[in-house]
Amino acid sequence: MQRILLFLYSIRAFLLFITLETLAIWLVVSYNSPQGAVFFNSSNSFTGSFLNTKDSFTEYFTLGKTNEALAEKNAQLMAKLANLKPTKDSVFIPLDSGMLNSYEFRSAKVINNSINLRTNHITLNKGANDGIKEGMGVFNEDGIIGRVKGVSNNYASVISLLHTDLLISSKIKSTDVFGSTQWDGKSSQKAKLKYVPRHVEVAKGDTVVTSGYNAVFPEGLLVGTIDEVSTGTETNYLDITIHLTANFSTLTYVYLVENNSMEVELDSLQQITESVNE
Amino acid sequence: MNSKNIISSVGAIVLYFLIQILVLKNLVLFGMAFCFLYIIYLLLLPIEIKTIPLMLIAFILGFAIDIFYDSMGLHTASAVVLAFLRKPWLQVITPTGGYDSNTPPSLLNMGIGWFLMYSLPLILIHQLTFFFIDNIATSLYIPMIYRTLSSTAFTFIIGVIVQVLFYKKRRGI
Repeated sequence: MQRILLFLYSIRAFLLFITLETLAIWLVVSYNSPQGAVFFNSSNSFTGSFLNTKDSFTEYFTLGKTNEALAEKNAQLMAKLANLKPTKDSVFIPLDSGMLNSYEFRSAKVINNSINLRTNHITLNKGANDGIKEGMGVFNEDGIIGRVKGVSNNYASVISLLHTDLLISSKIKSTDVFGSTQWDGKSSQKAKLKYVPRHVEVAKGDTVVTSGYNAVFPEGLLVGTIDEVSTGTETNYLDITIHLTANFSTLTYVYLVENNSMEVELDSLQQITESVNE
Repeated sequence: MNSKNIISSVGAIVLYFLIQILVLKNLVLFGMAFCFLYIIYLLLLPIEIKTIPLMLIAFILGFAIDIFYDSMGLHTASAVVLAFLRKPWLQVITPTGGYDSNTPPSLLNMGIGWFLMYSLPLILIHQLTFFFIDNIATSLYIPMIYRTLSSTAFTFIIGVIVQVLFYKKRRGI
């Protein structure tokens, strides 16, 4: 017995090494699984307040760009509003008032961001106290940004679209063909549109927008434009590269969207169909 | 290690940590070359330090940096590997006459040739672990090699510059 203990004592450094490595790998795995519990991330209050202080110094460098983006968004909204305004000689009847307020929008500021790893995350300066919930969609005036992963009282951490595990249900605007947008880990401006069948004719330059099939984003938010189409290695699907319209390297302000009414309904509906399929 | 050395070591770790998360996190050349300056701190701790305390320091430092990088476990795993291999590697490349006691194995104390042989393989292993875990689910091995090599060179160059500018001979910071 004593010999065993002596032996273990003599390799104590190696045992500690194995323990620490196991712990680290467990952290990697649990942090990157979509359903995994997230205890430590940049949305905890200490890290968040630290990043917020840092951002209060650096935000001045991007003020010009932020102003430009806000002005652009304003112009877009004004154009939409002009279309929505009922003319005086007509009557506006909402056909389905239950669907009217199904989305709720909020805004937040990006205080931490990365684009160069395979798993990129963003930290926002608003959290549960401001009504941010896990699973909310994040976008800005240029396109889709990501999805909220963890929320603390005052901060939220977001899985960036530049994360190889995040899939976003999308469609090609002109033909209404559905697919999934996923980042392939190469360039921060390019992503792949997956699961588009081979018989579909896809033109270079077509716009890709979010589809109405996901419970996160409203239909029709911009994702990117098609850059390259080839037959690829997979037998059934096209290999489509899209150019992301959102510029991830200069994110400042983003919008968050919450799907109020549809989510519960869709989920329960999907559960029913799943149980039927089984 | 006397109390003055300990205080300066603690000061240095905080400084390295802050520079890493505030400045170097946003400094990625060509989207390829990362600078992980904090591992220079681990490399420059005195030669006498045992593997176990060094691994614990590496674990805590890596974990703290991971929280800010939002890359849970990546820095932790690779920093612990570096800490585990440091002592054996130091024994392998012992110069004739052995090491002076209580000196950091820095560029100024040991000379550029020895420091190159000491730090480059350790930095390379650290970056290789880091990018291997980062890319483990994808099959992007060629970009991974590019990133590893460019980051190793970048980290080494910045490490040399920091030592020449801010370190004195025969002492820590």
